[in-house]
Amino acid sequence: MGVISNGTTLLDAGALDSGVATGKMTLISTITADNSASTITFASNIDSTYDEYQFHCSNIHMSTNDSYLLVNFRDGGTAYDAVKTTTFFKSENNPSDNQGAFSYPTGDDLVQSTAVQRVSVPIGHDNDECSGGILHMYAPIANTKVTHFHSTFATQDMSDFCVNVQVAGYCNTTAAITGVQFSASSGNFQNGVIKMYGIGG
Amino acid sequence: MGLISNGTTIFDAGAMSAGFGGSLTLIKKLTADGSTAGLSFVHGSANVVFNSTFKQYMFTFNNLHPSSNENKLVMQTTIDGTNFNVATTTTFMVAYNRTSGGSHALEYDTSKDVGNSTSFYSISEAAGSDNDQSVCGFMHFFNPADTTFVKNFWLRTSTDHHGDFHMINLVSGYVNTTSAITGVQFKYENNNMDAGDICLYGIG
Repeated sequence: MGVISNGTTLLDAGALDSGVATGKMTLISTITADNSASTITFASNIDSTYDEYQFHCSNIHMSTNDSYLLVNFRDGGTAYDAVKTTTFFKSENNPSDNQGAFSYPTGDDLVQSTAVQRVSVPIGHDNDECSGGILHMYAPIANTKVTHFHSTFATQDMSDFCVNVQVAGYCNTTAAITGVQFSASSGNFQNGVIKMYGIGG
Repeated sequence: MGLISNGTTIFDAGAMSAGFGGSLTLIKKLTADGSTAGLSFVHGSANVVFNSTFKQYMFTFNNLHPSSNENKLVMQTTIDGTNFNVATTTTFMVAYNRTSGGSHALEYDTSKDVGNSTSFYSISEAAGSDNDQSVCGFMHFFNPADTTFVKNFWLRTSTDHHGDFHMINLVSGYVNTTSAITGVQFKYENNNMDAGDICLYGIG
């Protein structure tokens, strides 16, 4: 059954008509960690449909202490190894409120590297410790431009510090970015949910 | 009454099925009018939803104007809907530039962060109360209903400082509880919130 209003088809064949306004933020897929893998991979549905893709990460908790949340991008083939240049800075404070500071740790950025990019500090492993944040990636289609991304993550680390990590960078390729992979620097994703959204389109 | 098309449920029980429509849902807009100290979003009050319905919530701050000068926007959370006093640790970065030039920097502001504090904490520098001055920004709050983990959040505010600086504030924190957070209150540190609005969105 379809629904037609004043001559305009609103829905038919089990789907809303593409002309129906539904908002400009669309949930594409959700992956929930179950401690079975050290990676969470979005290998499909990244194309020219949307202008921007966002990855919303909640309650990221690894199976080992002191494990970083990492990200990498696929720009052809099957490997997640796009060449990247990035910046990384952070602010932190401890529960005693006497070690507030910010810094640019040069060991956490990348220069023309295929390696994984850190988007958090080492996450604490106490039962209640975790990390949450958002990664934005813009226009991953093949064109004449590199593909930009940036992220913000809030983390409780292994020393109970609150740490705000800001990362920005670009995949130095004009090829399409067709996949995004998050990984743990050690252990598995014990808990957490990552949702991929499309923006615009 | 529901609506099923080609075997797929589109609407039922007064709501659109998951997978249809947008993923950003406006839950509540509160507008300041100078009559109260701040704006509170408490689950179950005035149609506010702040529970496990969404994994993430977003607040937007639109032209929040203090009724008195040199006033920081502050916030706290609640686990009982009444007492806003949950232990929280935050970080606070600021970049600023003076309207008249000659003074600009990126700094970590140790006077604005907190460690395991149950008091209200700063999410902006001290705003001015000139008619055209205000604070704007947004905050992401992750999974407030979770009962296993602490609650992460981060935000950005853009502040018209009382000394005629523009300031951007980058703040993040965790609410150090495994109890569900059921509400958030925003207010100015001194006197009432004169004008502006805060919107609460669910992201799902």
